[in-house]
Amino acid sequence: MGDVVRQLLLPGGILFLPFVVGLMGSLTFGVVGSYVTVRRITYVAAAISHSVLAGVGFAVFARHHWGLEWLSPVLGAFLAAVVAALIIGQVTLEAEHLGDSVISAVMVIGMASGVLFLARTPGYYSPMSALFGDILLVSRRDLWVIGGINGATLLAGVLYYRKFLAVCFDEEYARLRGLPANLYFLSLLLLAAFTVVAMMQIVGIVMVIALLTLPAMTALLFARRLWHCMVASACLCAGCVTGGLVLSYCLDLPSGPVIVVLAGMVYLVAALASRLPLRRARNPGRIAAMPPADPPPQA
Amino acid sequence: MFPRRIHPPDTAPGCQPVHNLAGPAVTFQNVSFSFPGSGPVLSDISFRIGPHAHVCLIGPNGGGKTTLLKLALGLLPPDEGRIDVFGRPPHRACRHVGYVPQHSVLKRGFPITVREVVLTGCVERHRFGWHRPSCGTDADAVMRELDLMPLSHHPFDRLSGGQRQRVLIARALVGNPSLLLLDEPTANIDPALGTQVRDILGRLSRRMTVMTVSHDLDYIDASLTSVLFVNRSVREMKPAEVTSDAVWSLYGRRPC
Repeated sequence: MGDVVRQLLLPGGILFLPFVVGLMGSLTFGVVGSYVTVRRITYVAAAISHSVLAGVGFAVFARHHWGLEWLSPVLGAFLAAVVAALIIGQVTLEAEHLGDSVISAVMVIGMASGVLFLARTPGYYSPMSALFGDILLVSRRDLWVIGGINGATLLAGVLYYRKFLAVCFDEEYARLRGLPANLYFLSLLLLAAFTVVAMMQIVGIVMVIALLTLPAMTALLFARRLWHCMVASACLCAGCVTGGLVLSYCLDLPSGPVIVVLAGMVYLVAALASRLPLRRARNPGRIAAMPPADPPPQA
Repeated sequence: MFPRRIHPPDTAPGCQPVHNLAGPAVTFQNVSFSFPGSGPVLSDISFRIGPHAHVCLIGPNGGGKTTLLKLALGLLPPDEGRIDVFGRPPHRACRHVGYVPQHSVLKRGFPITVREVVLTGCVERHRFGWHRPSCGTDADAVMRELDLMPLSHHPFDRLSGGQRQRVLIARALVGNPSLLLLDEPTANIDPALGTQVRDILGRLSRRMTVMTVSHDLDYIDASLTSVLFVNRSVREMKPAEVTSDAVWSLYGRRPC
C-alpha cells in the first residue's frame, strides 16, 4: 500500500503524472461533461474522441518521416478534434437530417486514417496505446499542454455558464433573446473536443467518452442545478481516476479500462440507490414536495 | 450542398430598444412562407395587431398557427412580404418580445430550478456571462406576481403542467416585454389550471399585447380583442362571431 501511495504522490512515481493530469482533467470533465450530457450530444462527443486517432497517427507519421519534432501526438490529437468538431457541428446545423450519418462517417474515417498512418510508421507507438490509454506515454511536456487546454476549457465553461445554461435548456428561447445559439453549440463541441484530448492518454480515445458522461450521468441522478451537477461530477471523476490508477497499479491491469469500469460501477450503484425507498422518503416526488397545489379555479 | 436547413442562422447583433411602443405591435404585409420541399404553409397573409390587444389564433392542425408565431418572433424568415414588430424587423425588437413555448417541448430531467428558468429570460448577447444587475429583483417581482415564490428553488422538472406553464410565462415577463406570444399555453394541462392560465393572460393583456395560439375554444370570450382563424390564409373575426356553427364551417368538422 505504501508503495502505491509513493508512486501516486511523489513526483518521481510512475503514477504521479497521470494522477496530476487526471485531477486537472476531472475539473474539465465535470464542467464540460455536464454540458454535453444535458445538451444530449454525447454521441457527437464520442465521434470526436474516436476521430482523434487520425491526429495522433498523423503526428507520429510526420515526426518519423518529415522530422516534425514539434508536432506531438497531443497536438495532433488537438487539431484533429477541432476539425472533427467543426465538421460535425456545421453539418448538424446546416442539415440536421444528415447529422447522424456524418457523425458516424467522421468517427470511422478518423479511426481508419489514424490506423493507416500508424501502420506506415515504424516504431513502438501502438494503436492500442492511443485507443485504450497508456499512462507511460504522459510526459512532463504534455503536462503543460494538457494543463493549458484544461485551463482554457474550464475558464470558458465557467465564465459563460449562464449563457450555456440558457442555450442547453431552451435553444430557441436563447436565440430569441439574441444569443448566437449556433455559435454556442459549436463552442460546446469544441470544449468537448479539448476535454477529450486532455484525458485521452489516461483512458484512451475509445473510453474517454465514458469519463465525459458517466460521472455527469451519476451526478444528474441527484443534482437539482447544473452547477451542482458539475461539482459532483468533477469529484466523482477525480475519485474514479485516482481509484482506477491505484487499482490498475496493484492488479497490474491497464489503467483506462479500470477507470471506466469503476465509473460504470459507481453509476450503477448510484442509479440503484436513487430508486431506493429511503431516497423517496427524504426527497419526495412531485406531488408531496410541492407547496400547496395551485388554487382552485375561480367560479 | 445541403437541401434543408433546420436551425435558423444566428442573426446579426441587433436586439435593440424600441422607443416608440405606441404603434401597431405586429404587422404582416403580404407574407408567404413555405418549408423547403413542401407546399406553402402561409400564403399572402396581411393583418395588423394594435397595442394592448389580446388576440387568439385558432385553426386546424397544420394550418400554420405556430409558423405564424415563429415568423412574428423572427425565428423563421418569410419567403415574401414584410413583418414588423413595433415598426422594426422582429429580430431587432426582441428585447420587447416575450415568448412562451409549450412546456412539453422542453427537455425532461434538466437540472434547473424555477428561479434559474426565470433568470434565463434575462440573458443578453453582449453581457459577458452575467445578467444585468436588476435581473434578480425583476425575477422575484414576476415570480411574486405569478405566485411562484414558494416554488423558487424547486426543480423545474418536478412541477406539474400548470406550474411549468406559469414559470415559462414568468420567464417571458422578466424582460418586461410589450408583446407576449404564447404557443398553446393550456395544452397538456387540466381544465382547472387552464382557467388559471387564462386568467393570468387576461390580467397581462391590460398592460401588453398578448397573442395566443390555442386549440382550446373555451379560451375565446369577450375579453379578447379579436380572433385570427389561420389556415394558410388568415381571417380576422370578432370573438362574438366565433360561434359553434361558425367554427364547424371553418374547420369543416367538429374541432377538438
